[in-house]
Amino acid sequence: MSTPAEKQQTITFTEAFHRALDESMAADPSVILLGEDIGDREGGGVFKVTKGLSTKYGDDRVRTTPISEEAIVGAAVGAALAGMRPVAEIMLMNFVTVAMDQIVNHAAKLRFMSGGQTSVPITIRTRTGAGGGTAGQHSDMLEAWFAHVAGMKVVVPSSPADAVGLLASCIFDDDPCLFIEDSMTRAQTGPAPPPGHRVPLGKANVVRAGSDVSVVSYGRPIRDALAIAERLAGEGISVEVVDLRTISPMDTDTVLKSVAKTRRAVVVHEAPRSFGVGAEVSARINENLYGELAAPVLRVASRDVPVPFAKVLEQEFLYKPSAIESAIRQTLSAKARR
Amino acid sequence: MNTITKEVNTITKEALPPATLLAVYRKALLINLVDERMRALLSSGRMAAVYYSPRGQEIVAAAMGVHLEPSDYLVTMYRGIHDQLAKGMPLRQLCAEYYGKATGTCKGKGGPMHITYPAAGIMVTTGVVGGGLPIANGLALAAKLRNERRVTVCTFGDGASNIGAFHESLNMASLWKLPVIFLCQNNGYGECTKYEKATAVAHVADRAASYDMAGVSVDGNDPASMWHAMREAVQRARGGGGPTLLEANTFRFKGHYFGDPGAYIPKEEYAAALARDPMPACRAAVLSSGAATEAQLQTLAAEINADIDDALKFAADSPPPDPGEIDIDIYGIGARA
Repeated sequence: MSTPAEKQQTITFTEAFHRALDESMAADPSVILLGEDIGDREGGGVFKVTKGLSTKYGDDRVRTTPISEEAIVGAAVGAALAGMRPVAEIMLMNFVTVAMDQIVNHAAKLRFMSGGQTSVPITIRTRTGAGGGTAGQHSDMLEAWFAHVAGMKVVVPSSPADAVGLLASCIFDDDPCLFIEDSMTRAQTGPAPPPGHRVPLGKANVVRAGSDVSVVSYGRPIRDALAIAERLAGEGISVEVVDLRTISPMDTDTVLKSVAKTRRAVVVHEAPRSFGVGAEVSARINENLYGELAAPVLRVASRDVPVPFAKVLEQEFLYKPSAIESAIRQTLSAKARR
Repeated sequence: MNTITKEVNTITKEALPPATLLAVYRKALLINLVDERMRALLSSGRMAAVYYSPRGQEIVAAAMGVHLEPSDYLVTMYRGIHDQLAKGMPLRQLCAEYYGKATGTCKGKGGPMHITYPAAGIMVTTGVVGGGLPIANGLALAAKLRNERRVTVCTFGDGASNIGAFHESLNMASLWKLPVIFLCQNNGYGECTKYEKATAVAHVADRAASYDMAGVSVDGNDPASMWHAMREAVQRARGGGGPTLLEANTFRFKGHYFGDPGAYIPKEEYAAALARDPMPACRAAVLSSGAATEAQLQTLAAEINADIDDALKFAADSPPPDPGEIDIDIYGIGARA
């Protein structure tokens, strides 16, 4: 049982997102929010992240928009070109596809195409994840698509404290950031960070140190990996857990440093296996550490199919924590090269 | 109350004061002479670049440009050299960018389709049809939130009025009363497809009615009509009256892209358009207004040509980008405290 004082020191993911927005808006009048239903009259957002902010900062800075994703992101891009720091909320990640032209052709590239004369400091907050029965158009993890576009930064938090620090860093970063929130864990709690908490972009985090195998992941599976690492420690297996935090640009150095030490790696993500972030992480490890690996780099990911509705099918789709454990054991059983 | 104007040419055609007419012609002539030179360079193989000639659309851009201040924003498109010049794009940096040189306005990284020059308010040139409209709203929103006087002009072709971004953007602009002018340069063809074959309404400006926005359709080749329509739209935006959809009807003499044989344009249609070529007409109007003499116009053309010579020499003499530039301007330096 936690005491009331201890309880105050934890926050949920939803509270974390809210806190980062609130602190950023208080710190800088150029921070504005755009999105569907985000004003208090509309309920403060479908997921309540922005609840209270339009009352506190006014409807000019917290702007409920029409259901027009391309116009929302485009307005954010334009306002950013004029020196503001807009945060666009796109309710769900699948709806981000409607705004692809603005993100891929404009936000990501205007700095480069203008020779550095302009920049697009926008943050696109979006939410996704399978497990809630939202099926094929409300659940996809599409982070690899955006990581593939130079100029974009793609960020996924794995704890409420990181959520505060990473979101604030996205807002005050001078480049376009896609910040991905997880639908299923929004009520999960974690230690509350101090006010003004920042987590740097482009830096991975060794969440748990270990010596036998590295689990490289981000977002929701980090909790699974930590639970498994704790359990396997009882068997004398030492698992290091590396949280990428920023998918792109990726902190390759931290990944390689970890794997150079453990000589084994399992890459885990919720997105489908093929052509995903796991393939990129695996390739970077292989390109740099091939001769030093004691086992092939393994991937644990969801199935290469649309996210299904029926519970049994949805569970069949999703990556399984038990598969992370199996993969760890598989790398350890592989015949050591030396 | 917004006025919905469906008829072409209902804006006053009241003759312009001679000095105003000359100011429009001066910009139009600059566009005309730069375009001629660009096409000559491409034809002779001395320049290698994608090029979308604005030949025929000079007056639209010129009459737009004379109403704008350097601090006003422009969002234009791949066929945008006329808009850029009208907004004050310096020739040297423009030509160097076309040549892909380090001294180009985008350091050779954007090229003709992405000319950017914030010092003159040229914020975005997009290569995607309709991609500029949502961004124009954002620029206008920033100006409105900061209580700035500046307006944003977004130019695009008739083809762009059929893409989703157009409709999302007009709705949002009207809803939020943004100080933005959507300037549709209707040149009769979206790429190679005739307007009527791609667009269900008689005039692009008719679409303003759907968004409770002022919609005006004018003869974009007529300096007076275009000037008055643009003035009204700019005044509306600056005065807090919200956006305007201004359709400037014009014609594109050199096809969609440089080298486009234009076989899809009926000969009679082309001949009729050529008979209404705005450049000789504007020149004649300037002369008959007494704003300038034949000799003065020849001097003006000679001065512009000298500037173009200078700019092209600057571009030719400039170095290409350093290969190391490939890694620069992908991301900024870092987070701001």
